[in-house]
Amino acid sequence: MKEKLHQIKEKYKGKKMAPAFNAIHTFLYMPNETTHSGSHVRAADDLKRTMNTVIMALVPCLLFGIFNAGYQHYSAINGFPSEFSLMEHFITWDNFWLGAITVLPIVVVSYGVGLAIEFLFAVIKGHEVEEGYLVTGMLVPLIVPVDTPLWMLAVAVAFGVVIGKEVFGGTGMNILNPALTIRAFLFFAYPTWMSGDKVWVHGAKEGLTQAGTADAISGETVLGYLAQGNNDFSYSLSDMFYGFIPGSVGETSTLLILLGGLFLVFSKIASWRIMLSAVIGSLAMGLIFNGIVAAEWIPEYSKFYGLMSFEYWQHLLVGGLAFGIVFMATDPVTGSQTNRGKWIYGFLIGFMSVMIRVFNPGYPEGVFLAILLMNVFAPTIDHYVVRGNIKRRMKRLKTATIYPKVSGEVEELKTETV
Amino acid sequence: MSKDIRIKKGLNINLIGAAEQTTSKAVLSNVYALNLDDFHGITPKMLVKEGAEVKAGEPLFFNKNKEDMLFVSPVSGELVEIVRGARRKILTLKILADKTQEYVSHKILDVEEADAEGIRSFLLQSGGWTFIKQRPYDIIANPEVTPKAIFVSGYTTAPLAADSDYVLNGKEAELQAAITALGKLTPGKVHVSVSSASNSPLENLNGIELHKVSGPHPAGLVGTQINKIDPINKGEVAWTVAPQDLIIIGELLLTGKFNAERTIALAGSVVKAPKYYTTKIGAEISTFLYGSGVNQDKFRLINGDVLTGSKTHPEGYLGFYNNTVTAIPEGDDYEFFGWNKPIFNKISSTRALTFSWMQPNKKYDLDTNTNGEHRAFVVTGRYEDVFPLDIYPLQLLKACMVKDLDEMEQLGLYEVAPEDFSLTEFICISKQPHQQIIREGLDLLHQEIG
Repeated sequence: MKEKLHQIKEKYKGKKMAPAFNAIHTFLYMPNETTHSGSHVRAADDLKRTMNTVIMALVPCLLFGIFNAGYQHYSAINGFPSEFSLMEHFITWDNFWLGAITVLPIVVVSYGVGLAIEFLFAVIKGHEVEEGYLVTGMLVPLIVPVDTPLWMLAVAVAFGVVIGKEVFGGTGMNILNPALTIRAFLFFAYPTWMSGDKVWVHGAKEGLTQAGTADAISGETVLGYLAQGNNDFSYSLSDMFYGFIPGSVGETSTLLILLGGLFLVFSKIASWRIMLSAVIGSLAMGLIFNGIVAAEWIPEYSKFYGLMSFEYWQHLLVGGLAFGIVFMATDPVTGSQTNRGKWIYGFLIGFMSVMIRVFNPGYPEGVFLAILLMNVFAPTIDHYVVRGNIKRRMKRLKTATIYPKVSGEVEELKTETV
Repeated sequence: MSKDIRIKKGLNINLIGAAEQTTSKAVLSNVYALNLDDFHGITPKMLVKEGAEVKAGEPLFFNKNKEDMLFVSPVSGELVEIVRGARRKILTLKILADKTQEYVSHKILDVEEADAEGIRSFLLQSGGWTFIKQRPYDIIANPEVTPKAIFVSGYTTAPLAADSDYVLNGKEAELQAAITALGKLTPGKVHVSVSSASNSPLENLNGIELHKVSGPHPAGLVGTQINKIDPINKGEVAWTVAPQDLIIIGELLLTGKFNAERTIALAGSVVKAPKYYTTKIGAEISTFLYGSGVNQDKFRLINGDVLTGSKTHPEGYLGFYNNTVTAIPEGDDYEFFGWNKPIFNKISSTRALTFSWMQPNKKYDLDTNTNGEHRAFVVTGRYEDVFPLDIYPLQLLKACMVKDLDEMEQLGLYEVAPEDFSLTEFICISKQPHQQIIREGLDLLHQEIG
């Protein structure tokens, strides 16, 4: 097998389809490439390993999302169990089966369309297929509502990969996070499918009625309730933390996101600076809003009251904030690239997320908008951080000791006399 | 007076096959060669013809742009071949050595009495000058420019490199002569750095500013030390000399003879008995390689250490500036699912199912596989962990790639040499050729700004 693939690779070297073949080949075998210039030995990590580590951190969220899709669906029909038991009500075959048939097609479409476009561009432009989409393709299913029609997703993925990434030159060159570009495209192109109380639970949009229940099923996110000034949702704090609430597929379980984040920080793949400062930023904004409520600057009938009075730290438990901070804000390509810049970048993401969340009238979620906004500003932040270094160098320049050339003086005299 | 430098950022690459501290005499080489790629940016103009008899220390060619800068023969013998490449570019000069060596005798210079001009012309005429390098641009020093300081690093941190403390042992007189002479060429200081943990022969020299350095690689690189001691600004020039080359300069000054003899380390996991050899610049590598023996047929032979050396082969010749020759396994094989398996036998700067962080002192047997393919820069923040200079490495590399001269200047390209980026290249997840990028950037800057 190893020999045969090697022969095929050699035979088709330089041909048009070579990148497509190589992409599959390197997936199976790490290539036989050796060093040519510079350092003769190299460290063990490559981009595939890096991306793979992020995917490993995402898998628990995906699995949870599958079970939660089933759980939310059946609970919406049959009512939430009064005595919740993880094994009896959550990790069941029914939940898994329903979740699998709704979530896995999204995963397949996301990877299928995205990778097809990546391969196409690699063949056209004659470069190797880069691994960036491995993570994007996994992120996309986790940040969309469970019932997103597959054709919409396909259109959005195509848009996101082409406009969000390939037009800038592919992996490593993009300005906006491709997964969030896809999410934003969906949000602005098909808003009715992306917000409201009908999209978060499987079957709600079709007005699916189950025998024995009169009402069509529905499910509102915690943020949705709050935005309507409605505080009496039935989810407890632990529900929010563990993730037994409606929401986008993979973003509900703060616990698993936290574990994934710790894994990424431990493995040194994602920046702890961004994560920590984003958490601080969101807490700061949450505290400001809580302070406004406490100071009674805002009347109780205001439409912002519900979200403003929401306990500041609980913002991290609901919606996509935690997921965005851990998996999206830390994207190294679109984020700040300097260590000092990362603190500023992360803080502003957290700060803006909560702000947009409270003030956005149409849709009570701001993480993806905040991150996209900061993606645009990340180069500016870096620019000023790097300026600091340059300024230090310029200051030093004033004390520079430059000696005249040994024979230079003679030459200068010559030119004067002429 | 000594000033301590403690480096925290960096990475020690522990490899199997460090040279044992015993020295053997290498078999005499029949043919010695100068590889002209060693002299970066020099356009050679030959002084002798093919077939001419030369003495050791006799000039072979000069630098076309600085005509008084002479390059001399390491041995006496017959210039048997001038190997030329495309557009008749001279690649290698091969000299068939005489049985008994004859040396050119220069008038001995009293270093205490001599003035700067005398030392300068002596070194230029005798070939000693070629060992002096300058920053910016990492090239042989321009004799017309007075440096603000001279830096010598006697601290070895590069993987498997020859230990300076060992190879300099007993050469105090030569070192002192060279330091005294070089000290007269600069109004500034001669900064000498040694390991804080050991006793270096460099420590007790007069006329130096001693620095004790500790920390992981690249603490031993002279570029790291310059950045910490007295960074180079635009317009400034600093010189660097490798300590083993000080011996040759010193001997030139004391005896008037160019003695190309040097102690080198033969190291690497492929070598059966890694140890030190005394040989001469330009000697055929097989003269000592097979003395120690190799344990496999297919291997990468490196003139220099594994991070900065150049590729060669057993019939190749010891480089002009090298005092290390390393042999490591070639890694031209596929590895099934190599990108997602847990890795125990390779060094990594992350913990992404790589476990080198658990055993920081374990010695590894790395091969030349790139462990992945060339990609665009994606990951950020990793280089900074192993790059102790006050420079933004990623931003500087990108400035070099897009040939933005202003940005290159402002971000500190004047301060670095390609070797300073050897460690970032080693850990680079995108497998970018950092040293090549920096080299090309330096050449461009040199050409445009001069």
